[in-house]
Amino acid sequence: MSQDSAVAGRPGRDPDGPANASEVVVSVQGVTKYFGPLKVLDGVSLEVRQGQLVAIVGRSGSGKSTLLRCMNGLEPIQGGRIVICGHDVGIGKSNRAELRRDVGMVFQSYNLFPHFTVERNITLALTLVKKNPKAEAARIAAEVLALVGLADKSSAYPEQLSGGQQQRVAIARSLALSPQVMLFDEVTSALDPELTVEVLKVMEDLAQRGMTMVLVTHEMAFARRVADQVVFMHKGKVWESGPTAQVFAHPTTAEFTQFIGTGL
Amino acid sequence: MNQFTSVHVIYLLEAARWTLLLSLIALAGGGVLGLALALGRVSRLRILRGLAIAYIQIVQGTPLLVLLFLSYFGLSLAGYRLDPLVAAGLSLTFYVGAFLGEIWRGCIEAVPRTQWEASDCLGLNRFQQYTHVILPQAVRIATAPTVGFMVQVVKNTSLASIIGFVELTRAGQIVNNSTFQPFLVFLIVAAIYFAICYPLSVASRVLERKLHVAR
Repeated sequence: MSQDSAVAGRPGRDPDGPANASEVVVSVQGVTKYFGPLKVLDGVSLEVRQGQLVAIVGRSGSGKSTLLRCMNGLEPIQGGRIVICGHDVGIGKSNRAELRRDVGMVFQSYNLFPHFTVERNITLALTLVKKNPKAEAARIAAEVLALVGLADKSSAYPEQLSGGQQQRVAIARSLALSPQVMLFDEVTSALDPELTVEVLKVMEDLAQRGMTMVLVTHEMAFARRVADQVVFMHKGKVWESGPTAQVFAHPTTAEFTQFIGTGL
Repeated sequence: MNQFTSVHVIYLLEAARWTLLLSLIALAGGGVLGLALALGRVSRLRILRGLAIAYIQIVQGTPLLVLLFLSYFGLSLAGYRLDPLVAAGLSLTFYVGAFLGEIWRGCIEAVPRTQWEASDCLGLNRFQQYTHVILPQAVRIATAPTVGFMVQVVKNTSLASIIGFVELTRAGQIVNNSTFQPFLVFLIVAAIYFAICYPLSVASRVLERKLHVAR
């Protein structure tokens, strides 16, 4: 791997994040999680600062998706602490509404609502949760759809769209609520390479606009080019992590060396 | 012995209105009860789940005929003399509720778990998730089996003849007693049942196509 990967990270950004003083938005400390007797997360800790894009990579079964789901309270944790935007996740559900307001999530399988048009998919939470008036919600929907390049699809139903388009709608739907952080769970894994490109393009645009993003991904080239920090997970642990350029140029563990060596 | 005439046909058709009414009562009452039971079955509260399961198991394991006897003869012994229509309507409501509850539970559970997760992540509360995301999709899934089950209900209303309620089947018996032309009479009765049930089956198919069931 050549040294011009030193340009990793977004232009105009320090790979450590905008500044060391910038706010910690996501803090994961010593998180432990079991599926029955199986320990899937084993003392995981990581931090994401305002405006950073952190890519979590690793083999299947390394616990990376589970970690992301725990961050959003979709899975309970058995030990440690997760704080996102000041909300303590995983201890009960009392602060769930505030957590939802600040954290957006995009899934591998898009999970659009099949019985609603693209526009209604986006305006649903705006009108129900944020209590926006209809016209305002429609305006926001048009705005985020334009951002993901689907301005002309607002009256289509999800099944009429390609996988890549559906995923972009899912991103727009999450974006419409103006979250502080967005979590992306293998969002291109169900797409063929051509469609993957259009989704990655949207995510790169988002990153450039300063969105704080945590993504679990298999797109190593994308992670290498766009991420500020890379977290390599292995056997439920953070095996190796650091600024993107540094960890790719100087991997310190045999497992990560091998992982990036396979060209994944 | 009387000749079978158009008067008898009209009598049968008029009785068929009671069959329709009884079916509608069963659908309305059973539908409300069934929705409550279905939601109870998927509730996060153990006690509600337990009660719904117990109800469904008991009623599904009881013949409709016995429910009819209980509500008509049983309650009259206990001092509540119910009109046959009320007794039949009540029995059918209890009966249909149990089956629809179980059918609809399956339909609610057939909506992918990811729809819950996606709507949860958008900040919808549980009530909003049900009303806007889960139930609309469950309704699509439920349409065909529900209408299919309604066909059964229409035919099962004939059991109400046992407690003296004059619906289509009872009317057929009465006409047959005076004309003694069982083949003719009961073929006409069967044709009327078919005329009620067949459109239901067709409607089910059309609805299914119209709502383009995705999964």
